[in-house]
Amino acid sequence: MQLVTDNFIRFTEGIGKIVIKNISGLGLICRFILSFFYWAARPPYRMKLFFEQMHFIGNKSLFIITLAGSFTGMVMAYQTYFGFKLINVDSLVGPVVAISLAKELAPVLTGLIVAGRAGAAMAAQIGTMKVTEQVDALEVMGVNSMQYLAVPRILAGTLSVPMLSVFFLFIGNIGSYIVGTQALSIDEAIYLSKLSNFMFVSDLMQGVIKATVFGFIISIIGTYFGFSVTKGAEGVGKGTNLAVVWGMISVLVLDYFLTSFLVQIL
Amino acid sequence: MLSFENPAVGINDLTKTFGNHTVLNKLNFDIPRGKITTILGFSGAGKSTLLKHILGLHKPTSGQISVLGRDLSELEEVDMREFRQNFGMLFQYAALFDSMTTFGNVAFPLREFTDLNEDQIKEKCFHLLKSVGLEEVSYNKLPSELSGGMRKRVGLARALALSPKIMLYDEPTTGLDPITTKMVNDLIVETGQIHKENELTSIIISHDVKATLEISDYVAFLNRGNIVEYLPAKDFANSDHPLVKEFINL
Repeated sequence: MQLVTDNFIRFTEGIGKIVIKNISGLGLICRFILSFFYWAARPPYRMKLFFEQMHFIGNKSLFIITLAGSFTGMVMAYQTYFGFKLINVDSLVGPVVAISLAKELAPVLTGLIVAGRAGAAMAAQIGTMKVTEQVDALEVMGVNSMQYLAVPRILAGTLSVPMLSVFFLFIGNIGSYIVGTQALSIDEAIYLSKLSNFMFVSDLMQGVIKATVFGFIISIIGTYFGFSVTKGAEGVGKGTNLAVVWGMISVLVLDYFLTSFLVQIL
Repeated sequence: MLSFENPAVGINDLTKTFGNHTVLNKLNFDIPRGKITTILGFSGAGKSTLLKHILGLHKPTSGQISVLGRDLSELEEVDMREFRQNFGMLFQYAALFDSMTTFGNVAFPLREFTDLNEDQIKEKCFHLLKSVGLEEVSYNKLPSELSGGMRKRVGLARALALSPKIMLYDEPTTGLDPITTKMVNDLIVETGQIHKENELTSIIISHDVKATLEISDYVAFLNRGNIVEYLPAKDFANSDHPLVKEFINL
């Protein structure tokens, strides 16, 4: 009986510790976000660093976004076509693929790709600087490391992800159009007219808003785990891993809440 | 215990605790202006914590630190950042920005904190790099392409870029071969002499007893968060304190 009680207490303590750890982690991230807004509003505004990060997060992601966007659009066209043909609405393949891409697939897949690529890089770069005392060197010189390292990355991430998402949508639609009209023989005029009948600006806006939030959260998580790195190379690996995992989880979970909110207001 | 008129750093009853662990315990300590003072001590004695307090990166749990006559507790965060321009620091592994070249590293504080144009920055960087004995061929190299000794030289040039009043050296010779160790020690002494007119104060955190006694004016021994011995370097080797004796004879 004593053994059962001890195990139960240990189990409850374990759960309590996990809850406390996660709540304090959430508190630290909230503080980090407040600190970001404080330092983003203060001069100097480091435009060169901002554009360097835009180039890294945006331009250098174009290849993988093109690849993912085109194949997603083509696959969606195929899948939708064979389902819709059963009920003779195959002419709606264009708008269905476009709306799916605009509202859901473009922002979410772009978010996941950027979390894996840029979120990991942010954590690894800042984490390496932390363990090699480069962050301390900035602070000793009187340069705020948050303002110098995190602010340009977070602003660039927040702006790049919606742009990449729109690019994903554009490429995805081209892929869907090519497969729909060339491989599946949907009439080109019908494809385009249905697309303009059913696709609205609000669909596009929903995706852009989502992508902006994803970009912000991915960059916050990437930089936060970079600054949290301790214990050398092992710590950098762990921080990078956590940045990718939590970045992706955040995109997927936030997607649900944003969808439930945005469908009511747009 | 030694005390000085108008010290560069004055520490009064400084206590720092992390949770239940007391790292610095009612520490009283003056560091004189224009001299080389070394703080020796075993690992975990609180040397790095003391250094971070002098830099204003840590806030004391209790007690007071004044640097160049300014009480650090009275400085707001923004003023503190400006005040830190009085410091130059050479890190243990130089802490050079690995995305920048040698020149970029030395130019960084000048670009951040001065109104100098690029030509003036170039001229000043060349002068600084020459003064630490670096040849022009290494100016466009990345830190990964430099040897440990060269990195230290670049780190020192960067630390001196804004003409600091206090130079801090965090274990400057750890992990270096004997020749490079001598070179770094000579550089510390030369830097102090070159900047003598500015009353450059040098504070060294070290484990290296031999070098410490050769280059320092004063030596303090920190143990369990307190200074247990503080003497002119020439007298330090003859200290009667048992811990100091043990440390010197290790």
